[in-house]
Amino acid sequence: MTERNIFAGFGGQGVLLMGQLLAAAGMMEGKNTSWIPSYGPEMRGGTANCSVTLSDQEIDSPLVSRPTSLIVMNRPSLEKFESKVMPGGTIFVNSSMIDIKVTRNDVTAYYVPCNEIAAELGNDKVANMIMLGAYLGKSGCVDIETVLEALLEKLGQKKAKLIPLNREALLRGAACIE
Amino acid sequence: MAKKLMKGCEAIAEAAIQAGCRYFFGYPITPQNDIPEYMSLRLPQVGGCFLQAESELAAINMVYGAAGAGARVMTSSSSPGISLKQEGISTCAAAELPCVVVNMMRGGPGLGNIQASQGDYFQATKGGGHGDYHAIVYAPSSIAEAVELMPKAFDVAEDYRTPVIILADGLIGQMMEPVEMPDNPNPVMRDKPWAATGYKPGGAKPRAIINSLYIETEDLDELCRRMQARYREIEKNEQRVELYHTEGAEFILCAYGTVARVCKAAVRILEEQGVKVGLVRPITLWPFPSGAVHDAIAQDSVKAALTVEVSAGQMVEDIRLAVNGCKPVEYLGEAGSRIPEAEEIAERILAMRRA
Repeated sequence: MTERNIFAGFGGQGVLLMGQLLAAAGMMEGKNTSWIPSYGPEMRGGTANCSVTLSDQEIDSPLVSRPTSLIVMNRPSLEKFESKVMPGGTIFVNSSMIDIKVTRNDVTAYYVPCNEIAAELGNDKVANMIMLGAYLGKSGCVDIETVLEALLEKLGQKKAKLIPLNREALLRGAACIE
Repeated sequence: MAKKLMKGCEAIAEAAIQAGCRYFFGYPITPQNDIPEYMSLRLPQVGGCFLQAESELAAINMVYGAAGAGARVMTSSSSPGISLKQEGISTCAAAELPCVVVNMMRGGPGLGNIQASQGDYFQATKGGGHGDYHAIVYAPSSIAEAVELMPKAFDVAEDYRTPVIILADGLIGQMMEPVEMPDNPNPVMRDKPWAATGYKPGGAKPRAIINSLYIETEDLDELCRRMQARYREIEKNEQRVELYHTEGAEFILCAYGTVARVCKAAVRILEEQGVKVGLVRPITLWPFPSGAVHDAIAQDSVKAALTVEVSAGQMVEDIRLAVNGCKPVEYLGEAGSRIPEAEEIAERILAMRRA
C-alpha cells in the first residue's frame, strides 16, 4: 500500500493540518510517512497545499507529482491539480466552495459539502476535518481514532474538549462516502 | 525511543543538541528559520547559549570565538546568508577550528527565491571562501539521515579540526518525517588542548593562540602542508556513499539530497518496465566518493550515467572526473529551484536507451 496525496485549498482552510494529522496518524500505526508543505509567498492568503505519502514500504520520493488521491477545498486547487491525478485515482471535492465538476472520467470523484456540514455542526472551522473524514472513509488507510490521537497530541490536554466535535466531523465526512 | 513526526529544521537542531552542541549564533533567513527558532527555545533549557547576531558576518565570527574556546558550536543559514559567512569559514579552516555550518539551500543566484535548490554545490565543495582549504560536506537526503549525520559532523569537525558543512536543500528543512531522536545527555566530547581557555603564567599549559595570519612564508607553508596532509587523511577515511540497485545496472543515476529520492522513484518506475537502473548517492560531497562512483559506472553492464541536479550542472563535473571518460555522463536539471519529476527522469533514461 502506498498512498500519495495532495491536499490543497486557500491558506486558512486547514489543508496543511489535514495533511499533518494524516502523516502523524500513519506514523502511529507503524507506516512510513512524509509531509511536504508548499511554503513561501503563496501561503499569505493565496493557495496552500501539502503532499502526504503513506506507505508500508520505505518512501522513495516524498514529492508527489502524480497523486493517487487529490483532496481540494477550493476551486483554484481543483483546476491546478486535476490533470495530475493518476488514472484510477480519486478526487475529493469540497462542493460547498467548488461550483464545477471533475471533468476527467478515468478517476473517481466524491463531492463533499464540507462547509454546509460544518455549519450544521455549529463550527465552520471543522470543514477540513469533514473532508479528512471523507478521505479516510474511502481509503481506510488509518483509523479515525488514531487521527484523533494525533490531534490531541497537537492540541494538548487543555484543548481536549475539542476532540468530540472533531470526532463527529470526521464521522460525518466518512458517512458521505457510500 | 518512540518515533516522532518532526520538521527537518527542528530535527537537525535537536540532533545537534543531543550531540552536545551548546552554542548557536545565527541570523534569520528563509527557509532555515525554524533552526534558530528551535535553538532559542532549547539551548537555554540545557545550559547553552543562543544568540541572534546583528548579521551573518557577526554570527560566523562568534562561531570562531566559541570554537576557539573549545565549545561545540554551530550556525545555520540559507544560500545568500552562507555567502556572507564565507570569509569566516575560511578563517575557521585556517585557524583549525571545528564548527558545524548548516546550509538549507534556496534558489539562487543573488537573493533568488526561497524554494529548494542545489546551486551551492560548488561553493560548499570547492572552497567557497578564499585560499586553499576544504570543509567536509554532508548531504542528507532524509530527515532521519540528517539526524544521524549531526553527531558525526561534530565529531569529525573536532577529529580533524575543520569546519563541517551540512548541505541540505530547503525541502529537507521544511518537510516532516518520522524520526527516532537519540536521547544522549552525555555525548563524548573530544579533548582540546589547543583551545584558548585561559592562560595562567607559570602554569603547565602553554599559551593557546587562535590565529590565521602567518606573515612569514615558512610559517604559512607549514600550516598549509599540515592542512593538506589532513585533507588527504579525510579523503582516505571519511567518504560516504549509498549504492542503490547499482549492481549489473544498465544505467546509473547520480544525485544527492532530496533529488536522490526522486531518482529512487525513477528507479522504481523503470524497474516496473523491466529497465535495470541504479543510483549512486554521494553522502559526503567533499571528500567526494570518486572511487565508488567510478566503480559503479565503469561496470561492463552500464551503458551511460545520468546526473540529476537542481542546478545548471555542478556535481556532474565531479562525476565526470571520477569516471574519467570511461562511460558517457549526461546531465538533467535546471538552474533555479525546479525539482525534476520522477517520470521526467525515467523518460530521459528511456530516451538514452533508444539512442
